[in-house]
Amino acid sequence: MMPSDEKAVAEDTNMPDLSKHNNWMSKCLTPAIYSKLKDRKTPSGYTLDKCIQTGVDNPGHPFIMTVGLVAGDEESYSTFSELFDPVISRHNGYAPDAKHNTDLDASKLRGGNFDENFVLSSRVRTGRSLRGLALPPWCTRGERRTVEKLAVEALSKLGDELKGKYYPLSKMTEAEQDQLIQDHFLFDKPVSPLLTSAGMARDWPDARGIWHNDAKNFLVWVNEEDHLRLISMETGGNMKAVFERFCKGVQEVETILKQQGCSYMWNEHLGYILTCPSNLGTGLRGGVHVKLPLLSNDKRFNSILESLRLQKRGTGGVDTASSDGTFDISNLDRLGSSEVEQVQCVVDGVELLVQMEKKLMANEEIDSLIPPAK
Amino acid sequence: MPLNLSLMKILPAAAVAVGGASAYMKFGPDVEARLPPTRKLPYPPSADFPDLTHHHNVMKNHLTPAVYAKLRDRVTPNGITLDQCIQTGVDNPGHPFIKIVGLVAGDEESYETFKELFYPVIKERHNGYDPETQIHPIDLDPSKIKGGHLDEKYVLSSRVRTGRAIRGIPHPPMCSRAERREVERVVTEALQGLPSDLAGKYFSLKNMTDKEQDQLIEDHFLFDKPVSPLLTSSGMARDWPDGRGIFHNDKKNFLVWINEEDHSRIISMEKGGNMKSVFERFCRGINDVEKLIEQKGWEFQKSDNLGYILTCPSNIGNGLRCGVHVKLPKLSQDSRFNDILEKLRLQKRGTGGVDTAAVGGTFDISNLDRLGKSEVELVQQVIDGVSLMVDMEKKLEKKQSIQHLIPK
Repeated sequence: MMPSDEKAVAEDTNMPDLSKHNNWMSKCLTPAIYSKLKDRKTPSGYTLDKCIQTGVDNPGHPFIMTVGLVAGDEESYSTFSELFDPVISRHNGYAPDAKHNTDLDASKLRGGNFDENFVLSSRVRTGRSLRGLALPPWCTRGERRTVEKLAVEALSKLGDELKGKYYPLSKMTEAEQDQLIQDHFLFDKPVSPLLTSAGMARDWPDARGIWHNDAKNFLVWVNEEDHLRLISMETGGNMKAVFERFCKGVQEVETILKQQGCSYMWNEHLGYILTCPSNLGTGLRGGVHVKLPLLSNDKRFNSILESLRLQKRGTGGVDTASSDGTFDISNLDRLGSSEVEQVQCVVDGVELLVQMEKKLMANEEIDSLIPPAK
Repeated sequence: MPLNLSLMKILPAAAVAVGGASAYMKFGPDVEARLPPTRKLPYPPSADFPDLTHHHNVMKNHLTPAVYAKLRDRVTPNGITLDQCIQTGVDNPGHPFIKIVGLVAGDEESYETFKELFYPVIKERHNGYDPETQIHPIDLDPSKIKGGHLDEKYVLSSRVRTGRAIRGIPHPPMCSRAERREVERVVTEALQGLPSDLAGKYFSLKNMTDKEQDQLIEDHFLFDKPVSPLLTSSGMARDWPDGRGIFHNDKKNFLVWINEEDHSRIISMEKGGNMKSVFERFCRGINDVEKLIEQKGWEFQKSDNLGYILTCPSNIGNGLRCGVHVKLPKLSQDSRFNDILEKLRLQKRGTGGVDTAAVGGTFDISNLDRLGKSEVELVQQVIDGVSLMVDMEKKLEKKQSIQHLIPK
């Protein structure tokens, strides 16, 4: 670029002031990229400014490196690729020409039955978006209601162990609400400014709801952060069963939706397309609540997790801390590896962590168990 | 690209020459960016009509499916839609005690483009004022005020505030960063030209030092990022604290907020009961600022029937809240207190703000009305009303009757 072009580009009057910011968007959005993208729109009219609003309004978070960027529709990822690609690459370590692999064959999982003296619960979740409809930050009320209608229609056709019922948030009775809270199923209107700044809480609780099967171990959230969040969970350590049910449920819903003429947003580079770039690929978070009071006090805990490609959270959710040595441990990666690979990573990693905890309880050393840094 | 940028540099000068009304032409791309979504499948208005069954706000009372169908696809010249204006009312069903408006104007033109909704909302909120037929009176001549020196044994402080918006630039809920920065530039430039006792300094929120911040907090001048969902749902907290700031004169009795809920909020205040002096300074300050921006080709947003135009329909007209902090421990315990206030067209609040309760019998008393009465009329009403209530308080202290003082 000519020096005069550089100077002119740096003076764009609408460029956000990111001097106090620390998120992936602020690290990647240069004045040159901003000027290039600021007048582009996706076919549905979504703009760069709307993508980055959450990152502009939320300079950073003390516990987590936030992405600071959302997609308003499927085309956001390509229309604004000059910004999304570097963010995805830096957050995920993913090359621009890489292909993402989808594998929902649960029979490939080895092991997955944890020691229930340590592992209290097991859970696998993912997200899915319905192609052709804008995502939660940008959808109109009409589109959001269409997502709900299509999802509920599909879910109503599930049978056997997956047969269940839909509870729309706006029509829930008090008794239903209390039960859902007791089951830890009910999701609230987002209050985190990371989410509200992106516009995904608009019109709450219109067209939001929760579906779950009669056995209460397969659950679908409609129109929360994504069009659909599909969750398989149970108390105890049988991750194998959780993952089997997960794969069955996710694939059956997809089959039924295809019969209805719908498909998921997906491409071979980014895998499943979701609102937040951190959820691209499998959109999968497989995790456990596990008691590791001794190991978590060991100064090597964080680096062990890093080597195992695992992430810790408090049991209250993504931005909480643990208070009693019980942690939520889940996979770090979503993009560039398959569902089977990611859940295997959790299974193997948690097995190892529990082994280490047992050794520490017996006052034995764990040096020989520590994995090499990746 | 270079061609567009050099055009951007020429246009401001052209805007100056032609006058404020064309100033918005230089924000072309921002208008484009605000346009409503386009969808592959057509959605009839009924598909998008909000569910307002649990709502209690003024917007809900007037947004019928028929009105929504008529207005949904209209767009103001700045690219603003009805859905953007009503978002705050859809997201905030209401408060059981306080009747909120539930609607904001994204720009000056929203009031007319969506008048099928805005006009009935205004009529309900402003006591039957009819924007179709009525003219709003403006009077910023403080010499017309009679009296205005309130008894300082009772009146602790006096304050007058209003808001002003710069013509051609959308309001805080919908403005772009560039537009917000332009408002900051236009207003601070004008404020720098204020003479004598009004002269002062501007503190931008994002460049403030810790020391300056502490001082402004101590003076009770600093405003915070809005947290109320009534405000954040409308979009007015975006990009905080960019383009926001506070100006005050050296004497600390004339204050301007920039880009908070409105483009500008202008406040004159002082301890004690000299409302005459507070209003005199208020008028002088506003009139000076208006002249200074006009010299550069800008204007305030204003119309014959709506008066001064602001973000919230509750503030149009004069946007004026004239009030005192006054000690009325005995009168406030009297069962006739609320009725007296009603008859005097006054409103009580706690001294902590609009939704606080009074402590120790000290109240914030201010005018109820905004649209349909001039500034002079309203300030006179507050002065006369507060004087009367102080007289009543004195009588009650001496255990004398106040019956003959109560307005009919």
